[in-house]
Amino acid sequence: MLAESSIEAWQFKYVLRLGDNALILGQRLSEWCGHSPFVEEDVAMANTALDHIGRARMLLTHAADLEGDGRSEDDLAYLRNERQFTNFLLCELPIDDFAFTIVRQVLLDAYHYLLYDALQQSNDATLAAIAAKVVKESTYHLRHSSEWLIRLGDGTKESQQRAQIALNKQWRFISEFFHADEVDHAAFSNGIGADVAKLERQWRIEIELILNKATLKQPEDAPLAASGRAGLHTEHMGFLLAEMQSVPRAYPGLEW
Amino acid sequence: MSVKTQISIPLVKSLLEAVCDPEIPCLTIEDLGVLREVWLRDETLVIVITPTYSGCPAMNTIEEDIRAVLHANAVENYTIETQLAPAWTTDWLSDQGRQKLLDSGIAPPAQSTSDKRAFNSGRVNVACPQCKSSNTERVSEFGSTACKALYRCLDCLEPFDYFKCL
Repeated sequence: MLAESSIEAWQFKYVLRLGDNALILGQRLSEWCGHSPFVEEDVAMANTALDHIGRARMLLTHAADLEGDGRSEDDLAYLRNERQFTNFLLCELPIDDFAFTIVRQVLLDAYHYLLYDALQQSNDATLAAIAAKVVKESTYHLRHSSEWLIRLGDGTKESQQRAQIALNKQWRFISEFFHADEVDHAAFSNGIGADVAKLERQWRIEIELILNKATLKQPEDAPLAASGRAGLHTEHMGFLLAEMQSVPRAYPGLEW
Repeated sequence: MSVKTQISIPLVKSLLEAVCDPEIPCLTIEDLGVLREVWLRDETLVIVITPTYSGCPAMNTIEEDIRAVLHANAVENYTIETQLAPAWTTDWLSDQGRQKLLDSGIAPPAQSTSDKRAFNSGRVNVACPQCKSSNTERVSEFGSTACKALYRCLDCLEPFDYFKCL
C-alpha cells in the first residue's frame, strides 16, 4: 500500500512510464528514416515516429507538471540517465530488419490502442484528453502495422520465416506489458490508470486474430528477468540515449 | 483602461482567421478548426488553438504566425493556449476548407470519423480530385504530411494526396 502523501509520486511515475515508452519507441522508429525498403514506407515510419514523439512531449510535460519540481519535458527527455528511464525493454531493442520492426509495432500498437482507449475514461483530465487524441493515431498505426504483418507472414517463404523469427525473439518481452506493480494498482484503484488484467485479455484476443491471419505461430509465454520499468535496461539502451541526448548534453541550455 | 487594451474581438478574430497552415497553405487555421476560441480574460486576449496530430510540426509555426499577425497589428497583451480536449477531428474541417482542398488537388476526408474502428480495417471510397472517378487505389497509408495518405486514380492515372479521417 502506498502512503497517502505519495499520491503525486505514483501518478507522476504512471504518466512518466507512458511518456518514456512513447519517446524511446519514437526514437527507434526514426532510425528508419532514409533506410526503409521503399519510399512510401520511409514516409510511414517517419510519420509514425513523429506521432510517438508528439505524444511523448504531451505526456512528459504532464508528468513534469505532476512532479512539480520545475523540470520540463526536455529535462525529462534529455537529462535523465539510463537507470531513470522506465520504458518497456521491447521499445529500446534495435530496429533489426523490417520484419522485426513490424512485429514490434503490431505488439505495441495493439497495446497502445487498447490502453489509450481505456485511459479516455481516466479521472486525470489531462491524461484523458491526451488519450482521446492518441487513440485515434494508434488506430491508424495498428491498421498499418497489422496489414504489413499479415502480408509478411502470409507472404513468401523468406518473409514468413523472418516474421516468425522476429515474433519468437520478441514474445518474452510482452510479460512486461501485463505485470501490474504498485504504481499500476494505485493508478487503477484511483480511477487514473487502466485495468491491466482486462487489457491483457483484450490484447491476447486481438493479437491472436492478427497472428492467425498472418499464419504465424504464437510462441510460448516466457518470464522476463529484468524490467525497464524498474530502470534495468538492455545493453542497447545506453547507446540509444547517447545518441538521443548528445546535443543537449554537449551544449547545456542551448536554444535555437 | 488605456486605449491600447481596447481590443475588438471580432477584429482580432478576422485577422487570425486569415493565418494559413504552413503545410497546406490553401487552408486557414479557421478552415482546419485549429483556431478554437478568442476571448478576453480581464484585459488579456486569450487565443485557444488545438493541435491536429500530436507530433504535427506545423503547430509551432502556426503559433509564431499568430504572434506575427498580432505584433503587426500592435496587439501586445495576449496569451496563446493549447487545448487538447475535445481532440481535433477532421469533422471540424469547414465546407469551405473541403472545397479548397479539392481545388488544390487534395481529396478531402471521405467520411465522418465516428464509425471508425481499428480492427475492421474498413476501406473508404476516395474520389479522384482531378477527374472525380471513384476508381482509385491507396498507394500508402502515409503521405507527405502526417494528415495525408497517398492515392492513385486508376482512370486518369494521377497520383493524389488524400486528407485522411482522424
